Amino acid sequence: MNAAAAFFYLFAGVTVASAFMVVTSRNPVHSVLFLILAFVNAAGLFMLLGAEFLAMLLIVVYVGAVAVLFLFVVMMLDVDFAEFRQGFLNYLPIGALVALIFAIELLLVVGAWVIDPQIVKAPVAAIPANISNTEALGRVLYTQYIYYFQAAGLVLLVAMIGAIVLTLRERVGIKRQNVVAQNARTKASAMDVRKVPSHAGLPEETV
Amino acid sequence: MNWDIVLDIAIMFGKSLLLLVCLLVFIAYILLADRKIWAAVQLRRGPNVVGPFGLFQSFADLLKFAFKEPIIPSGANKGVFLLAPFISCLLALGAWAVIPVAEGWAIADINVGVLYILAISSLGVYGVIMAGWASNSKYPFMGALRSAAQMVSYEVSIGFVIITVLLCVGSLNLTAIVEAQNTSWGMLRWYWLPLFPMFVVFFISALAETNRPPFDLPEAESELVAGFMVEYSSTPYLLFMLGEYVAIMTMCSLTTILFLGGWLPPFPIAPFTWVPGVIWFILKVSLVFFMFAMVKAFVPRYRYDQLMRLGWKVFLPLSLISVVVVAFVLQVTGWGPVR
Repeated sequence: MNAAAAFFYLFAGVTVASAFMVVTSRNPVHSVLFLILAFVNAAGLFMLLGAEFLAMLLIVVYVGAVAVLFLFVVMMLDVDFAEFRQGFLNYLPIGALVALIFAIELLLVVGAWVIDPQIVKAPVAAIPANISNTEALGRVLYTQYIYYFQAAGLVLLVAMIGAIVLTLRERVGIKRQNVVAQNARTKASAMDVRKVPSHAGLPEETV
Repeated sequence: MNWDIVLDIAIMFGKSLLLLVCLLVFIAYILLADRKIWAAVQLRRGPNVVGPFGLFQSFADLLKFAFKEPIIPSGANKGVFLLAPFISCLLALGAWAVIPVAEGWAIADINVGVLYILAISSLGVYGVIMAGWASNSKYPFMGALRSAAQMVSYEVSIGFVIITVLLCVGSLNLTAIVEAQNTSWGMLRWYWLPLFPMFVVFFISALAETNRPPFDLPEAESELVAGFMVEYSSTPYLLFMLGEYVAIMTMCSLTTILFLGGWLPPFPIAPFTWVPGVIWFILKVSLVFFMFAMVKAFVPRYRYDQLMRLGWKVFLPLSLISVVVVAFVLQVTGWGPVR
């Protein structure tokens, strides 16, 4: 067994084990932490395939940003575990159906590959030699398929604006900070220096 | 058994150990320097009792922390509570695997070095969140929530600033980034001058990313006692402190590599080129850290909404625009990396 195989079994084993722990942990925060472990190990698997850019992207985007927000939300939720288990039987048929479809698809993919190894190579573009995979990905995304990439960007932009429009509400009666107005304040507009006469004080209405 | 692999692993281990020891000793003195600079700004003496000029202060602190009793609150989630400081310390140290301290002096000179550092530093937030949640206590939890929002926000602008530098270099490799700044113009062609606004944005974002004052809201002592570290004592607390300072050193060296020419001498002429590269690297990192320490000493802490405003409404548009401008200028003038 060479070093690459040893690392593959290490990463794959930990990925599968932590994925299993995600669904079996009682505590939802532990589930998210195991999910993060699974992500990191999946990044390790990408690394072994030589896809170092994808591996780093997986960690930066999924682990560094998405999973943080996930953890954030799960920590804030007050989860009732008893209620969780009550619905278990109701959702069992749907869950079993999804699992069955997944299993069949996996079998089809692996089966096709075993029967005819050429079938995997058919839709794949030739990997350009002697350039780094960062550059190869860049060429595919920003040169070959630039219009599709821009279209995908537009769809995401519309989705983002939609999410903001749906959740934005202008509440009245709350105090807001207006930074421009705060910075525009001068000594003359913000302060009023008065001479206070001894034993008389300022007249009531001007204070 | 292949003996070449064993030898490679042994060499790798030896290198890592050497870097680790040098880094930790350097950090012991950086910590002292931090306190001394802070004290000097406030016209105090700072730590001056342990050893000559207080030089052994950090080691005394280390011993004190190591010999204290670690206390775990009864309501805490024990596993996660103890895991958090280890994660925060290990991740911070892990980033140093790719940092080249001199020409060819990197443990792993990988193609995606910058992304690796970005990825590892984005993981640093987990130590804080886990600590805050596992403590099962109010202030740590508040600190953890603040930290999660803050670090995710500033990573965005750090990412864009790094992209502007990468546009000029044409490679994600840290050694290539330093080599791209190696011209006969010396320090005038390091990226701090052509990309000066980005240098400033990166420096401020680095302060926020490492939870340094004036952005130390996750551990704001006037509001949250010590934020996510309230319930920690002894060695776990030491690990947090160590992780924090290692992360600061990582950010200082990243600033040095991206903007200050890494191990290159200020001018490529005789007296400067006699000094070995690693000395220049350490000097530059110390200079950046000196700026970190000065900011801590004389800038008051930001309010939380101001912090978020700065990240999302000032730095994000600024860095996004500069990516477009830099790309445009490079494309029009043909100054970009030649393929």
